[in-house]
Amino acid sequence: MTLRLALPSKGRLMEKTFEWFAERGVRLERTGSERQYAARAEGIEGLQPVLMSASEIPRELAAGRVHLGVTGSDLVREQIPDWERKVEALVPMGFGHADLVIAVPEFWVDVDTLDDLDAVAAAFRARHGHRLRIATKYHRLVREFLRAHGVADYRLVDSQGATEGTVRHGTAEAIADITSTGETLRANHLKVLSDGTVHRSQATLFRSRMAAWDEAASAEYRALCERLGIDP
Amino acid sequence: MIPLADRPLDAEIARILRLFDEAGAVLVDLPVLLPAERLLDLYGEDIRARAYTTRDPEAGELMLRPDFTVPVVDRHMASGAEPARYSYAGKVFRVQEPGSNRPPEYDQVGFELLGADDPAAADAEVFALIARALAHLGLRAAMGDMALLRAAVTGLKTSAPRKAALLRHLWRPRRFRALLDRYGGVTPVPPARAALVAAAREGRDLLKGAGPAIGLRTREEVRERIAALVADAEEPPISEGERALLDELLGLKAKAPAALTRLRDLAVDMAAIEPAVNAVARRLEALAARGVDVEALDFEGSYGRTSLEYYDGFVFGFYAEARPDLPPVATGGRYDALTRALGGGRAIPAVGGVIRPALSLALAEPQREARP
Repeated sequence: MTLRLALPSKGRLMEKTFEWFAERGVRLERTGSERQYAARAEGIEGLQPVLMSASEIPRELAAGRVHLGVTGSDLVREQIPDWERKVEALVPMGFGHADLVIAVPEFWVDVDTLDDLDAVAAAFRARHGHRLRIATKYHRLVREFLRAHGVADYRLVDSQGATEGTVRHGTAEAIADITSTGETLRANHLKVLSDGTVHRSQATLFRSRMAAWDEAASAEYRALCERLGIDP
Repeated sequence: MIPLADRPLDAEIARILRLFDEAGAVLVDLPVLLPAERLLDLYGEDIRARAYTTRDPEAGELMLRPDFTVPVVDRHMASGAEPARYSYAGKVFRVQEPGSNRPPEYDQVGFELLGADDPAAADAEVFALIARALAHLGLRAAMGDMALLRAAVTGLKTSAPRKAALLRHLWRPRRFRALLDRYGGVTPVPPARAALVAAAREGRDLLKGAGPAIGLRTREEVRERIAALVADAEEPPISEGERALLDELLGLKAKAPAALTRLRDLAVDMAAIEPAVNAVARRLEALAARGVDVEALDFEGSYGRTSLEYYDGFVFGFYAEARPDLPPVATGGRYDALTRALGGGRAIPAVGGVIRPALSLALAEPQREARP
């Protein structure tokens, strides 16, 4: 076992990942009981699949404890500072699509762009005595995005779940969250800013630049790339 | 008291503190841990990318001081008589860019002058003192004055909300430029806004059927902004001439005396900057009176526009020209507006500067070694 490949351990993301590899001639299967998170790749002795939570895979890639990993590109960008120095995005896999967007209440008819959001943030602060709150769990991505677009006078409040409800509950004025169809946003009377897409995420196969790339691992990697039909 | 010097860095810190002591400074001991809320309120969310955060079970979120400005002003507000001169030395903590080899913690030795009446004299006192502490290093000094840009924007022939928006983004050059281009009619009005303004002019109730009012921002605030957008659409563009003058001010780069001549020329067409130009002239006179060679000073119209510190007047820095890889050896400036924000409306004239003793030491050492 020379090449460690981290895979999402649960749900549709795992199923889709297994399908993606199977379509390219790499049959992955779970071994042991459902709860053991063990797997193997049929007929490829040197490949060791490692099942873990998709949100932990960026950390494992950055630390070099796995050679390859499948996870959302949003998680890699959020969790690894200057991510391109640590990992390489090999191939977007075409599923797990989700956009990280900035959304505001629908009735803010005066707000369509980040420029509007910035102007409203200034007026809001003057009126309410505190900064306009944006609920998110993607602190780094959102902060960098808003800074690059010159939005000021906001503050991020942490929201690890049910973020779309924070505005209705009065704990935030706007949100930055993942959406795939926008249905949950609409149900919560929120709308996406026309230039408010922070990142278009999808499941992606990443290569760690930090892992031990000895000769055996490199050879195994080249062989895998050939099977998958991607450039090493 | 001034610490005993057994390491070269301690000796360098002690040497600088001694100079500050001779200038009448009271040496103060300042906290490392600061309430995060206070820094966030002052600097905004960007501070999170720059400062280390930690947590106390009772006091909540705390930050390791990214600079000494806030604790110095707090200390002064609590007890200081005026004018007051403070010195301090200690570590500051700053998250560096990923892959950067700059240290996340380093020493600063600083001098702050609070509550002095004569701004030109106070600016010159601080600058000359820092210059004296670094005189042996032959550094390049550069300066600017944020008050010039503020005065230029305030003097534009445009509406108060447009001026306020530009002033709010003085420290964000890209955003400032985007706003100026919009107000100058260089970039078109976004289509959604044009449509909104047109609909509002027809007298339609735009909020009808727009969904429930959720969150703290009220319908009234939305209506107020629509009215403001309609009013803004009536505003004539900021003229090309005015924008060109602003660009000339921002692009100004010359030795201080030549820069002053250019500023006087600019003030003929931009009368609003005249008081600020006179303040620059008085400052240069005060610097010369303190023995500073003003002919050698670089003056830059945009100097200080990207610093986190929110200096709002005189700004300066000292640079090792042979070592462009190093950050400035010393920086400083005036931060009157910051004291207003910190003091709950009570503003105090404040100017100060900090030296990085590890840098002044490193730059001095090869010279010492080179001597026989």
